[in-house]
Order: sequence, then structure tokens, then C-alpha cells
Amino acid sequence: MEIKGRIHSIESFGTVDGPGIRMTIFMQGCPMRCAYCHNPDTREMSGGTEMRAEEIIERYESVKSFYRSGGITVTGGEPLVQIDFVCRLFELAKEHGIHTCLDTSGAVFAPKSKTLMPKFERLAEVCDLIMLDIKHIDSEGHLKLCSLPNDNILAFARWLDKKNVPVWIRHVVVPGITDNDDYLYRLGLFIGTLGNVKALDVLPYHTMGVSKYKQLGIAYPLEGTEPLPPERAVRAKKIILDGIRSARTAAVH
Amino acid sequence: MKPQWNGFTGGLWENEVNVRDFIQRNYTPYEGDESFLCGPTKATKELWDKVAQLAKKEREAGGVLDMDTETVSTITSHNAGYIDKDKEKIVGLQTDKPFKRALQPYGGIRMAAKACAENGYTISPKVAEFFSVHRKTHNAGVFDVYTPEIRACRSNHIITGLPDAYGRGRIIGDYRRVALYGVDMLIEDKKEQKNSTSSVMYDDVIRDREELSEQIRALEDLKKLGIIYGFDISRPAENVQEAIQWTYLGYLAAVKEQNGAAMSLGRTSTFLDIYAERDLKNGTFTEEEIQEFTDHFIMKLRLVRFARTPEYNALFSGDPTWVTESVGGMGVDGRTLVTKMSFRYLHTLENIGTAPEPNLTVLWSVRLPEKFKRFCAKTSINTSSIQYENDDLMRAVHGDDYAIACCVSSMRIGKEMQFFGARANLAKCLLYAINGGVDEVSKKQVGPKFRPITSEYLDFDEVMEKYNDMMKWLAGVYVNALNIIHYMHDKYCYERLQMALHDRNVTRWFATGIAGLSVVADSLSAIKYAKVKPIRDENGIAVDYEVEGDFPKYGNNDDRVDKLAADLVHTFLGYVKANHTYRDGKPTTSILTITSNVMYGKNTGATPDGRKAGVPFAPGANPMHSRDTNGAVASLASVSKLPFADAQDGISNTFSVVPGALGKEDAVFYGDLELELESFK
Repeated sequence: MEIKGRIHSIESFGTVDGPGIRMTIFMQGCPMRCAYCHNPDTREMSGGTEMRAEEIIERYESVKSFYRSGGITVTGGEPLVQIDFVCRLFELAKEHGIHTCLDTSGAVFAPKSKTLMPKFERLAEVCDLIMLDIKHIDSEGHLKLCSLPNDNILAFARWLDKKNVPVWIRHVVVPGITDNDDYLYRLGLFIGTLGNVKALDVLPYHTMGVSKYKQLGIAYPLEGTEPLPPERAVRAKKIILDGIRSARTAAVH
Repeated sequence: MKPQWNGFTGGLWENEVNVRDFIQRNYTPYEGDESFLCGPTKATKELWDKVAQLAKKEREAGGVLDMDTETVSTITSHNAGYIDKDKEKIVGLQTDKPFKRALQPYGGIRMAAKACAENGYTISPKVAEFFSVHRKTHNAGVFDVYTPEIRACRSNHIITGLPDAYGRGRIIGDYRRVALYGVDMLIEDKKEQKNSTSSVMYDDVIRDREELSEQIRALEDLKKLGIIYGFDISRPAENVQEAIQWTYLGYLAAVKEQNGAAMSLGRTSTFLDIYAERDLKNGTFTEEEIQEFTDHFIMKLRLVRFARTPEYNALFSGDPTWVTESVGGMGVDGRTLVTKMSFRYLHTLENIGTAPEPNLTVLWSVRLPEKFKRFCAKTSINTSSIQYENDDLMRAVHGDDYAIACCVSSMRIGKEMQFFGARANLAKCLLYAINGGVDEVSKKQVGPKFRPITSEYLDFDEVMEKYNDMMKWLAGVYVNALNIIHYMHDKYCYERLQMALHDRNVTRWFATGIAGLSVVADSLSAIKYAKVKPIRDENGIAVDYEVEGDFPKYGNNDDRVDKLAADLVHTFLGYVKANHTYRDGKPTTSILTITSNVMYGKNTGATPDGRKAGVPFAPGANPMHSRDTNGAVASLASVSKLPFADAQDGISNTFSVVPGALGKEDAVFYGDLELELESFK
């Protein structure tokens, strides 16, 4: 049977989702309910437009000269809710020599699942880069912020290291929640144990998603939280880097 | 070899006017980075401060600081003018004072008088009388000949922006010739051309001989302009300062004579770099001095002003002079044409701040040196003042010594010129097809009285058939108007100096233009893929349209509609080509209404794509506002399907991005983390 993906939308000019100019595929559906989610319209598991992987590759090929140093990024929603489709799309992309990037929270990773793990194995084969969003290093804090604990996410990060899949770590710093020296340092300590991390992207919390909540008629969970000043994000990044250094020093000695 | 050419590699260029050959044999491609560049000197800063103060005064005075109302501008009409004589390394102004606009009535006395009046000045009655009674202007010539049909098309805005009352511009003299050869050699060359015309005196030969005489006279005047500023430009330039000065005087003479819609400079940087390299090698000048000459040259180009009416400025959203300079590009032999001088030109944007003029245009190729690309990107981000055009596309047509006139019109320097042709409103033409030639706004019979469409819903095949007929008619009227305009411009407002800096046999591009492309593409798509019902007034004229259902919209990389747009360009140019063109002009077209799209929309009734009456068209070849819903690449892909072979005069797409949309401020790159952790290692 042919697998179809449920696609929320496609941005043909993605410039913030991996290297180069990219075709960014927003997948429908997400199991998490992050307080600062800026794509709440992609959360519902149903809906979206059904598309075949071939159609997306065809569309890519018709404008590929624009994507010379870019490729395809799949994001969402949580794309791994539709892992079969992502695997199919990436396999096809690799046949066409297209750079593949997956932007994921890792929330659906299930190290003990006999049905899911072969799929993750298959994914690791065809994924050139993973942008892994670690939203909170503290599992309880993560549960509060995103409605799920972070154990599977951290396990996913370790597993990707073992598989040697290149990873960019993204972390959003939210005032009063993750703008916390202890959490940031602990996050650094964790990242420092990984050997496959190629970049660290620390983002200040912004409120650009608020209008979508209004459109959807749902309450914004972080109502009243001010955007993080950019200099705080720079500071946060320094602390995380300190943590990474210290973890690596410990490993050397 | 002439003494000024010492150290240059000789070749064809020594014995014939051939700047490209000189460049190819002598230039030094530069693949390095920008670290050699120098900042502004004290004199540069002080001069620029003075210019900035004058510019401020000009703005405060409502846009014009001073106007000459007495002296008709010619190459030698004014005494020398300066910003601050002792500090200027490159000199020359259009009149005797900076920011004083010249009086240029040859294009049309009415426009010249109006430009004075509407800016609060009064043209000398003597000059007004002279150009009304004793000396005919271009504008008067055109209106002597226009047919009622052309006038109707003009006043109903189906053909608009015609250069029939002002200078047509878009001609680039090869100003580098002045520096390389000196004026005397150029005069000798022109005299030889005149002596070798056919000796049977038909009108074409008579015209050639008269024009060559005018060209020689203009070159003599150019020498006098040199003397006014204390230079003997009868001989070649002997160093880079002189080469810049000579080149600039050539350009200055052109803008003293012509108030053209676009007065572009050409492609001078790599040429001048040859002199700079020689001077650096011989120790004649330092890098700092050469940058100073460059800064002062560019500063002069920023001072170019013309007397224009507020109405003209409204149409073009500002006071543009289109002093376009083309920078970089690749040679046909695979070497880059980027030199250190290309960097110096762009660096003026840092040294004396950003400015829209001169319109620095990078001829972009995928093969440009990586470090130059990065420098361009960096300068663009800091200054938002660089225009980019596709060298890979244009080199195939024009070789590697072409330049851009105005915003996108490409031509071989000194070998090709253009007859600028404004544009035809193809959206209005579609409405004429539906309404049997009746204008939907004025309700007058403007086009031929063909049978209008009377059905309840528009049928695609019927509309297309009638639209083709109407386009055929429009192309005919349009070419007629342009033939008259260029005939009269040659006769009464001939660009003698600019043409003196051209070869004898010049290719003339007969430029036409299209407005409303995306409106028509979407309208035809709506008619084909949805249901479109015309709403007719009491006289049966369709004045509005109801669209039932959805249809593919141009700008989403959807072939169904993109093909309609591409076919339209090809078809219309085909109809243009079927007409006789003045002086064997080679027809081409452009799709580049960059600002006038608002005006075109205002004068056009509702269209079958659901666009309401008076709503602006999209600029150039852009999709209609907010109809491209798949992001920029899909939108650009639609535009890129338009056939360049049919629209060689340029296809423009306006694309603005908010800060941050081109990647994050602190862009993330592979390997960054290692760098950030380096202190630890």
C-alpha cells in the first residue's frame, strides 16, 4: 500500500530550518502540547492535505536550482508521528541526491518498542541532519512545559550519537522557565556527553505565535510572558557552552 | 605606442577603437578578499559632509534647491563648478553649482517650463519663446505626427509612459573611450567614418553624414569641457586619476546635454582597474589615494540631478536618474571580470554611506569568486544598496562587455543602443477584447469596433480569439507611436555625444514593454478553470466580474497558469515583430513596471481575475499581491518560466524580506560549535 503523508503546508523558501535555502515540509499532528508552541495549527492529529512522497520530490525537482546548498527539511507538528512517510520521503530524496534534514522533538522515540525501532534504524540511514529540540533538561520541568517527560527525548539524543547521525541542538530560552542558570548548565553537561553535535542554536523566546492562538480561538498558555531579550540568549548560550566544556574535560581526564 | 600606454599589452585596440580588447589583454582578475580596502580620507569625509548638508537643504526646500532658468544646458554652457575645489580629486558638475538643476528644453519646452514652474521657478521668457517659435523640440515634432488613434490610446492609458515629452535616455556612451584614446583619436575615427559613407545621397546616407558631423562637433565640445576644468583630454589619460576624470567628463558631457529617463554609466570598474594596477606597480599612487579618487567619482555621480515635474517623480516614486554602473561578471574565456576596482566601487557604500544612485549593479554569476560573493552579500546586508542581475543569462546574448541601462536593459557598450519604449497595458487590452474596443473607464470607443462578448459567462476560447485580435491591433498602434517618437528624438534631440562614443554600425534594440502580466494570466486562468460572469452596465459594457470557484494563480509554480503567462509574452512580442520598426530596430520587450504599476492599476477597470477597478497591478512580473501562497521559491519559479528570449529587455520581480527571514541573525553553520569551544582546547 502506498503511504501518504498528511501535510499541513509547504514553505518553498525555508531559510531558518537547516543549511541553505530549503523546501520545508510542515507535517500535521503533534503529541506534545508545549506552552510556547508557535505552530498550534499543526497540532491536531487529523487534517492536513494528503500527499505522496513522489509529489513532494517532483515539486522539489522542478525548482531544485534554488536549493543548491539546501535540501528538504521536514518539520511540523511532530514529523515522527508519521515516521513511515518520513522514511519513504527521505529514501526517495537520497535517491535524488537531496540533503535531508529532520526537525524533531524526539518525543515519539521508544527504545523498547519492537515495532518502532526498526523504523528508527531505517530513518537513521537516510537522514543527513537532525535538528533536535531539547525543550527542558529537567524531566519534571519538561512535563510541565510540554505535557510529556523528556526521558525518551534524551534517549533519542544518545541513540543518535551511537548511530553517528549529525545533530544540531536547539533550545528555546523562556523567561521564568528555562532562563535558569542551573538548567542551562545541566543541559550543557548533557550535550557535552554527545559526540555528534555539530551546532548549538539557542533561541530567545518570542511571542510571534500569539496571533495564531487568537485565530484558533484558544487560550495562550504563556500569556503575560515577555519575549526574552536577545542578550539573555547570548548569556544562556555561554552557560550551556560552559557545561559542554566541563563535561568534555571530565571525559578526557 | 602612445606614451600614455606604456606598460600596457598591445593588440587590436591600439589601431582601432576596441575597449574590450584592451581590457582582455590587460586586466588582472582578483580572487582575493576585501582586506586591502582603505577607508575614507579626511577630504572625502569633509566633502561628503558638505554634500549631505546640501542634500538636506534640498529636501527642506521641497526637493529642488536651485534651477537654472536662463542658460540652455550644453556641453560647454557653464563655467566650472565645485563642491570644494581644493579637496576634490575628481571634478565636474552639470552646472556651475552643486544641486543646481540645468535647463534642458530639447525634449520638450512645455515639460521644461512646467518643471521650472511647479518647483517655484520661472523659465526665461526668451528661452520659452525661442523653443516655441524658432526651434522645434522633440515633443512638438511627435505631436505634429501622432494620429487620433495614438492620442486616444495615450489618453485612455492603454499605452502609457511614452517618452514623447521628455528625453528617452537608455543610451550608454562608451565613456571609457575618452580615457583610453583621448578625444582627438576619437575625432579622427569619426572623420574617417564620415569620409567613407556611400556617396549616393539617399536619406539614410544624408542622415548618417549629418549625425556624424554632430558627433564630431560634440567631441570638439567635450575637449572644451576638459579645458573648462583645466584638463587636456585630447590625449589619452596617463594614470588612474586621469582615467577616472576623463571617463567622468565623457559622462558629464552626456548629462549636460540630455535629460534622459535613464542616464547610465556603463561598466567602468574593470577598465579603470588596469590603470590602478599600473599605478600601484609604479608607485604613482597608493591604495588610499586610488580609493579616494573612486569615492570622489562616485560622489559626483550621486550629484546628478535633472529638472523634472512632480508628476514625473510621482510616476517613478522619487527622482531617479538611473546612473547604473555594472560591476563584476565573468568573461567568455572563464576568467572573472571582478577586479580590485569592483571592490572599491562597492566599498564607496561604506566610505560615503549608502545611496540609491549610482545604481551599483553586480552582474552575478554562479562562477564569481567566492570572496567577492561574500563581500557583496556583506555589503548588501549593511547597505541595502546593491542591485543584482544574472550575468550567466545575459552574457550568452551580449558577450562580456555589456552593461545595464536603467534597471535591467542590457546592451553591448558602444555597439548596441536602445529605443526606450514604455509599455502597453495588456490587462486593459483584455478588457477591450471583451468590450469590443470600448474603454471600460472612459466608455469611449478607443480600439477597433470589434464585436463585444455578450455571453453570460466568459468562454476561454472566445476570449482568447478576441484577445489575440485586440493585441495585434494594440501592437500595431504601439509600434507606430514608438516609430514616431524615435524619429523625432533623433531629429530634434539627438544624443550626439553619446552616439559619438559608439561604433559606426550600431544595433538598435526596439524596446517595448508589458504592464499587467499577472493580472492577465490570472484572468485567463479564472476564465479557463473557474466560471467568470461579467457584470455589465446599462450600455452593455462589462465593468465588473464575478468569479465562481477557484483557479490556479500565477506565482505558485503551477504550469497551468504559468504557461498562460509565458505564452502571452511570446504572443505579444510576435505581434510587435510583425510591424515595421524605425531604423531596423530589433524588437524586444520588458516586464518591469517597478513603481508605475500603481498608476496602471488606477487607470484600469475591474478584471476577470477578481481584481477590482483601480486596484494596483503587481510590479513587473510579480504575482498579484498575496496570491502566491507557497513561498518565495514557488513564486520565483513562476517568474522564471517567462521566456527571456522574448523579454530580453528585462523581467523584474520585486521581492522584499523582513530582517531575519533570510536566516537567523547569528546564522548557524556546521562546525560553529567547534569554534565556540576552541578556547577550551
